[in-house]
Order: sequence, then C-alpha cells, then structure tokens
Amino acid sequence: MASRTTEILGDLMDDSSPAESLTDRLVVACAVAVSVTGVGLILMTDSGPAGVVAATDEAASTMEKLQFGLGEGPCVDSSVTGRPALHPDLARTGPALWPVFSAGALEAGIGAIFAFPLRVGAIRLGVLDLYRDEPGHLTSDQLAEALSFAGAATTILLLLETRSSPLGSADADRLDDVIGHRAVVHQATGLIAVQAKVSLAAALSLLRAASFSAGRSMEAVGRDVVDRALRFDDDND
Amino acid sequence: MKGSTRLAQVFVELADTLVEEFDIVELLQVLTERCVELLEVDAAGLMLADQRGRVQLMASSVEEARSLELFELQVDEGPCLECFASGQAITNVSLVEARERWPIFTPEAVGAGFSATHALPMRLRSQVIGALNLFTHADVRLDDDDLAVGQALADVATIGLLHERSLREQTLLSEQLQGALQSRVLIEQAKGMVAALTGVTVAEAFVWLRSHARRNGVTLTSVASGVVDGSFDASVLAKR
Repeated sequence: MASRTTEILGDLMDDSSPAESLTDRLVVACAVAVSVTGVGLILMTDSGPAGVVAATDEAASTMEKLQFGLGEGPCVDSSVTGRPALHPDLARTGPALWPVFSAGALEAGIGAIFAFPLRVGAIRLGVLDLYRDEPGHLTSDQLAEALSFAGAATTILLLLETRSSPLGSADADRLDDVIGHRAVVHQATGLIAVQAKVSLAAALSLLRAASFSAGRSMEAVGRDVVDRALRFDDDND
Repeated sequence: MKGSTRLAQVFVELADTLVEEFDIVELLQVLTERCVELLEVDAAGLMLADQRGRVQLMASSVEEARSLELFELQVDEGPCLECFASGQAITNVSLVEARERWPIFTPEAVGAGFSATHALPMRLRSQVIGALNLFTHADVRLDDDDLAVGQALADVATIGLLHERSLREQTLLSEQLQGALQSRVLIEQAKGMVAALTGVTVAEAFVWLRSHARRNGVTLTSVASGVVDGSFDASVLAKR
C-alpha cells in the first residue's frame, strides 16, 4: 500500500536538485501542505538537541536555535516522551513549561507550536517543529498530513545518519516508510544490533541494505533474522 | 461466556490497573488475554489506527508468527480495517463465506486454522481509534451477551489510552496514540535484543520481559527501554 509518507518521499526525490537539500525541501513542502507559517527540523540525541538541520524562515530558525541553545522547549519534551507536543496557544501554555524559550519564541512572532518526534521505537533521530504566527488548533486533516511528513523526515534522517555518501536518486526505492513496518522488522533490528554490535539505527540500515541487495522485502529478510536463518555476526557475515 | 463471578473479577482487575500507574502496552496485552478467556475465543488482537488511518497491531493473545500475520496483513484488508472504516462492529463472520469480501485475508485465516472472526470498534465519541479482533477455530457464534462483554473490554482499552488527563483538548488523543504506537515498536526492538542475547525466540523473550516487569512492579516499556539502552542486563532474564 502506498502510504502518504511514501508519496511525500517520492515527490521529494523526484525533484532533481542536489540531495543535500533534501531536508530543506522537506520543511518547505511540509509548511505548504499542512498550511502553517513555518517548519523547522532539529536533530536530537539522548542527551538533548544536537543541531538545527533545516528551517523555512527566520522565525522557524529562531525557534530551533532557542531550543538548541536552551535545551528546553516542545521539541525537547516530545523527543523525551516520544509523543507529539501540541501547543495551539503558546502564550497560554508555554511560559509555565519553558519560561525562557517561550519569551523568545513569542517575541519572534510564534503563536502556536506543534512538535512531532522523529523516532523508530528507541531510535531517536530528531523533531519536526511546525509553527503558526496565530494561535489555533490543527484540523485532523492537518494533523494527519503533519504525521505523514514526520514519517518522511524520520526516514530521511535515518538514511542520512547511517550513510557517508549523499543520497542519490538510486535511493528513492529505499525511502520507504520506516515507521510503518511490521513487528518482525523491529524485532530483527534488535537481533541485528546485538549480533553485529551496532546501534539500533545502524542495525535497521543493515537490514534495509540486506533487503535491498537481495531484492526481498524487509519483512521477509526480517523473518529470516528472527528465525535465525540469517545472522549478522562479525565472524559470519 | 465464563461465569459472572469471573467477569466481575476481570473488570475489578482492569479498574485497579487504571487507577495505578500502568503501562498501556501491558494493559492491552492483558485485555487480549482476558478476551480469550471470557469469550472463549481462540485468538484476540487489538489494532490501533494512527491519525493517518493506518492500523497497527498493539497487542495479541498469540505470539505464533502465522497468527500474528493475520492481524498485520489487515493494514490492507480484513475485519479490523472494515470495522475501523465504518465504525460498526463486524460480528459472526463465517470465514468460508468471506473469500470474496477479503480475498487475501480469508485464505490466510483459514490456513491458520480459524473458522470465524469478529471485530469490535474502539470508539471515542465520533472517532474510531482502533478495533478488537477475535478469532475462533470452530465456526461458532458469539451471542449478544458475549459481544457486549467484548465491546466493554474494547471500551476499557480506549479509556486506558486516554487515562492520563481529561480530554479537554483534541490534541491529547493524538499525543497518546503516537506514544502508544512508539512504545510498541520499542518493545519489539527489545524483544529482538533479548532473543539475540539469550538465544531464545522473540516470543519467549516477550514472556520474559513481561514477567520481569510484573515481578518487579515496573512497566513493560521501562524494562524494554532498559534493555535497549543497556542499563538493564538482559542475561538476568535467562538465569531464572
């Protein structure tokens, strides 16, 4: 089934501009599709924000830099809890939670923030922050679209993190929706991480690469891993 | 259906769970197991839909790969997806008569040894957030009392998802749903790690993780997190 996330990834890859700007194109496309004022993308590690990847405009950039510098804000919260942090009225809910961040964000003209964690279970990659200059809820259609873009951003960050060379058009087929996989893929990721002594993020990439080179689905290769028909041990690979 | 005393015990157990700090994945897991017991069905699974409308298996009473597949392939078709789309309960569907209705799902379900299936919606006001899916080996009917109990169990699952705060804001539901879906993925990753570390199957790894969580009064998700970040030594599980 072609999910909306897969569709978004396809559209981003079709664009012939350099692969390095994939994340720039993603935030712009997200702002247009969800119809918000701006969008920022921030990298997260277990210890906090690790860098601003992309921002559509000055206010989005300020919003991300504040969170990066202060280590507080909706993106930090959503990364820790693994849940979206939705603040349709920042002036009302923000100051009590993050006084310094909120003051800066409100001054930059931000009225509402919607932060979506980019995670695959324990693999913590970043946060997609959408903002609006006026307070107000996202409609359920906007929320669904934002979640689809979060899925696309997760897939892209995962590929970027575990690849040394830039993404090319040959990667288009591999840009499937990483969140939508069945349980067996996530179980296999755990097995591979232990067998190959790598992080879960790297393990997921190994599984993806094995699936790609074998021309089989990640579910099928994952099943072999779970059944121990395929191993990723150092001495056996 | 099992006797009313047992039914009362189960709802007391669930109510107790809801007032304490609890793990949503564990609660849903217990619910599927109680469904099998109370309704005398052979398999139960709970599917949640994210706001993009995609259903994902959150908990099931069975761990066998072939049966799990039955829930998972309903991303594309089947009673759960139909129940989710319509918001209506789908009950007493005899699988011999369902080949045209679900051409991929039905042969798989029959192949896994099932003859009848049902799907009950997890509803919150006007929104359907998931479905409880039941299977029996024999082609038997569930009567209205059974279905009412099944629906009540599905409602407990919905309440569990929303327990933390009152639903003043529309945003809360999506926060809870996304959090629950991520917890499930984390637990699958931890199952794989425990399996690799100790040489057991992923199904056994899950049993170990759950019983460790219960014995120590901690949540399943926190044990899984510990396995994944290395703060919990999974080989402890194997020594018991």
